[in-house]
Amino acid sequence: MDDLLRDFLTETNENLGVLDTEIVRLEQNPNDPGLVGSIFRIMHTIKGTCGFLGLPRLERVAHAGENLLDKIREGILMPNAQAVTLIFEALDRIKSILSVLEQTEAEPEGDDSDLIQRLNDYASGKTDPTATAPKASEAAPAAAPAAPAAPVVAAEPEPDEHGFVPVPAAKTAAMADSLAASRPTETPATPPASVPVPVAAAAVPVAAAAAKAPKAAEPRGDVAESAVAASSIRVNVDVLENLMTMVSELVLTRNQLLQILRSQKDSEFSVPLQRLNHVTSELQEGVMKTRMQPIGNAWSKLPRLIRDLSHELGKKIDLVMHGQETELDRQVLELIKDPLTHLVRNCADHGLERPEERRAAGKPETGRVNLNAFHEGGHIIIEISDDGRGLNIEKIKQKGIQNGVVSEAEAASLSDQQVAQFIFKAGFSTAAVVTSVSGRGVGMDVVRTNIEKIGGTVELRFQRGKGTAFVIKIPLTLAIVSALVVECSGERFAIPQISVLELVRAQAGSETTIERVNDSPFLRLRDRLLPLVSLHDLLRLGDERGVEPDQSFIVVTQVGTYTFGIMVDRVFDTEEIVVKPVAPILRDISMFSGNTILGDGSVIMILDPNGIAAASGEAAAMGEQAAAAATDDETSARDAERIALLVFRAGGQAPKAVPLSLIARLEEADAASIEFSDGKPVLQYRGKLMPLVTIDPTYPVRNEGRQSILVFADRNRNMGLLVDEIVDIVEERLQVEMNNVRPGMVGSAIISGKATDVIDTAHYLSLAFGDWFGKAEAPFGQAQQRRLLLVDDSPFFRNLLQPILSVAGYDVTTAETATGALAMCEAGREFDVVVSDIEMPGMSGFEFAEALRRTERFRDTPILALSSHTHPRDIERARDVGFTDFIPKLDREGLLASLNELGAASRVAAQ
Amino acid sequence: MSNALVPVDKGTAVKAAGTNVANDFVTMTVADQLFGIPVLTVQDVLGAQRITRVPLAPPEVAGALNLRGRIVTACDVRRRLGLPKRDAGTQGMNVVVDHKGELYALMVDSVGEVLSLSADTYERNPNTLDPRWRDVSGGIYRLKGKLLVLLEVNRLLAFKRGPGSEAA
Repeated sequence: MDDLLRDFLTETNENLGVLDTEIVRLEQNPNDPGLVGSIFRIMHTIKGTCGFLGLPRLERVAHAGENLLDKIREGILMPNAQAVTLIFEALDRIKSILSVLEQTEAEPEGDDSDLIQRLNDYASGKTDPTATAPKASEAAPAAAPAAPAAPVVAAEPEPDEHGFVPVPAAKTAAMADSLAASRPTETPATPPASVPVPVAAAAVPVAAAAAKAPKAAEPRGDVAESAVAASSIRVNVDVLENLMTMVSELVLTRNQLLQILRSQKDSEFSVPLQRLNHVTSELQEGVMKTRMQPIGNAWSKLPRLIRDLSHELGKKIDLVMHGQETELDRQVLELIKDPLTHLVRNCADHGLERPEERRAAGKPETGRVNLNAFHEGGHIIIEISDDGRGLNIEKIKQKGIQNGVVSEAEAASLSDQQVAQFIFKAGFSTAAVVTSVSGRGVGMDVVRTNIEKIGGTVELRFQRGKGTAFVIKIPLTLAIVSALVVECSGERFAIPQISVLELVRAQAGSETTIERVNDSPFLRLRDRLLPLVSLHDLLRLGDERGVEPDQSFIVVTQVGTYTFGIMVDRVFDTEEIVVKPVAPILRDISMFSGNTILGDGSVIMILDPNGIAAASGEAAAMGEQAAAAATDDETSARDAERIALLVFRAGGQAPKAVPLSLIARLEEADAASIEFSDGKPVLQYRGKLMPLVTIDPTYPVRNEGRQSILVFADRNRNMGLLVDEIVDIVEERLQVEMNNVRPGMVGSAIISGKATDVIDTAHYLSLAFGDWFGKAEAPFGQAQQRRLLLVDDSPFFRNLLQPILSVAGYDVTTAETATGALAMCEAGREFDVVVSDIEMPGMSGFEFAEALRRTERFRDTPILALSSHTHPRDIERARDVGFTDFIPKLDREGLLASLNELGAASRVAAQ
Repeated sequence: MSNALVPVDKGTAVKAAGTNVANDFVTMTVADQLFGIPVLTVQDVLGAQRITRVPLAPPEVAGALNLRGRIVTACDVRRRLGLPKRDAGTQGMNVVVDHKGELYALMVDSVGEVLSLSADTYERNPNTLDPRWRDVSGGIYRLKGKLLVLLEVNRLLAFKRGPGSEAA
């Protein structure tokens, strides 16, 4: 039988059971509005599901019943015996149709117009004396709740009504035979009340009612006791969870016993222990099975979703599903339901083209969304694919640059696959129009987070014009996992086997030598450079080292598409472990996903590869800052924040400098190829005209020889600055010494021992593109040096703002993560004002501000929020968490004005 | 008043201590200071245990231990109170308490008898008490010859996240 139909039958039978009792209660308490409401809702649900499944006969009867209930709900009609009788009649009709449906999987032929007519007549106030009077009179003397039921069955107009009654019972019996005897089942001979399972509870009142009306007892009891309902039982999830916990304990104890056994040869316990081992494994499997549900359950709503979407979007969409029967843990199932729905929706909305576009592309008009699920070595693989247009890498790239996810220079060097990963970033959407369906840019990041939360991964494959596919890989179950036990600095840790790709032993002087770039370790692994993280350093395991880092074992770990190696001292066995959540006070340590007890009885922490990956991404930056903070010396911290500067010469002898990270490329062009457009020099560059600017208006544009050009890029625009020669690239702390009135100069700084003009990139960008930053204005100075902490994850903005702020008289310290910034603050660094971005990976600006406000020293320090999101909601939230002011990201003037104001205020306060 | 010797089962402790359970306290010493916690909050008293360190945890968390298949988080009471480490070589004891459905082991120097204390001997926290102690103390009982500090378990376990604790 169709799963959907089976679920429907189980659910509807349950609902009908509830209705039976509730309606009876209603007759006794006609003035209970809550009761009427709940009855109405149940009937409505039945009607709705019937309509969804395409069961018109049921739907019509339920609709008529609902109509009548609606009138009762509105107080137009009283729920007297006559009304209740009619409702029961409708219920019984539903039940009888259901029982046929259960056998044949189709609605029986039949005519309900008579019943519907009577229901509608009663609902509209017309009473049909011939049809209802006898029942009313029969029901009237018996105030007992079941009384109305009797005539209902008697009045059942279908002659064959009793004919099919025995059939479900027989089927039940057959099921009982085929099933393991352990399952409680219902046979026709057993009174329903004796079934000791929850589902029967719903049927009990029916039986009780039937007992009071002996005439009707048998047929009603049988009709109500659906075979499907009886062959499966609903067990409270808590009971299963509890069972699972107990089995987990058993597994642990067994592991413990086996471990003891291993150390003792020829033990008399070995045989019984082997048996215990087998039984435990089987029990574990059995209990796991009770938690298993076919993935089709999570898909059941999708056909409807696709149908609605195709109407809404004007697309023709086919949904093809394979492997609905693939089973997975219900906990996992619950967690992937929403991500799946979201992905399918995305495929339909973003992936598939409109019919006309498809025709033009030579594809069939009807697009396909494929869902496929299957098992693969302890994992479930779910593929969601479409045959639509694929991802538009260019568009994603642009959006990425626009959102500050990546600079253009970085973007140019990224592979398509890397660019595609942007869609998993928060707030990312390439849909030009926000539809009601998708395009709001919420979701893909949530999808990924949710899937990674359960130890799964999402992979993205696409082919321009051919389609997109998301491949989700999730573990079968969360409760018991296989884990690799490793040791580092004397401590043992478990790493979920699922994330482990392979193990490599590093050995100095061999093929697998750990190499270092600026102290970051790497390993050459099959022609690829594998970034390594030292567990010892990451977990700050102290001075004691188990082995020399160069002799480490490397656990090659994969999280999503990111592969990295974890350096550990030793690798032990793999062991089946039961994941237990860590104590609440330790829950915010992102490195651990839980803890467990090993076979030898010791507690061990389970490492979370996601947490390690997230930390390792920032490890370099954090390490630097942590080291700086540890020395507790401000100057050394400053030294750690050197900026790479490009030193060049252009017009005049004094060297000039610009932060290297602002420059996209260095080019050298034939001066003859410089053309003029509207009197301004331009260069044909990468298929576009790139405006060229000179360092000052008097700088001559050459027309022969080689011309060095610094290319600045932002979004999809390029600008070239003509220079004489590139002198050097140096790392210096940018300390702008004096204000220079000349436009285009931020000021002067000592670089490589020489006075160097630091150019104001913003000035030249606005020369090339008037609207680049809005109006560019020469920054104003301030005599007093105030210490400012700038937190922004985008190097572009950091580098843009730092010179501007330095020249405005601030001693600027930058941090690229909120966590780093917080560490600096906690390490005792003093700041007079903090400027922070809001959207940052890891800790957001909101959290940062909150955390900072909790620190005594920073309770009153002004904190400014910088954000490209200026929705009133964001501004309000910023205020709530303690930000002093909220400034749009590109509003340089606003920022300086706000800082100035704050400065003035604090000076007044200080006096 | 009868004194039940530890380690005790909770049931017998309650019985032995007599009628008014609410005023019965399990006593323990940390750096020669006597502390008490209500007997009903105590699940178990354990000797020295093998403890697994939890890296990156707040400094007050000594680690995790296995109590009959349940994982118990161990809290170093000395550390919590800002006291120096216990001398090497002396073994401590653990008092296991239930806090919001989770088990925690309070690592103390030794566990003493169960005392029934009368409300007349109770004093509120004196103002001169170190803030760190005042934070976790629910008051003081005057005993013969010494003072007993009543430990508030929920406040004892609500330590702020220290500097070494942020997940890097």
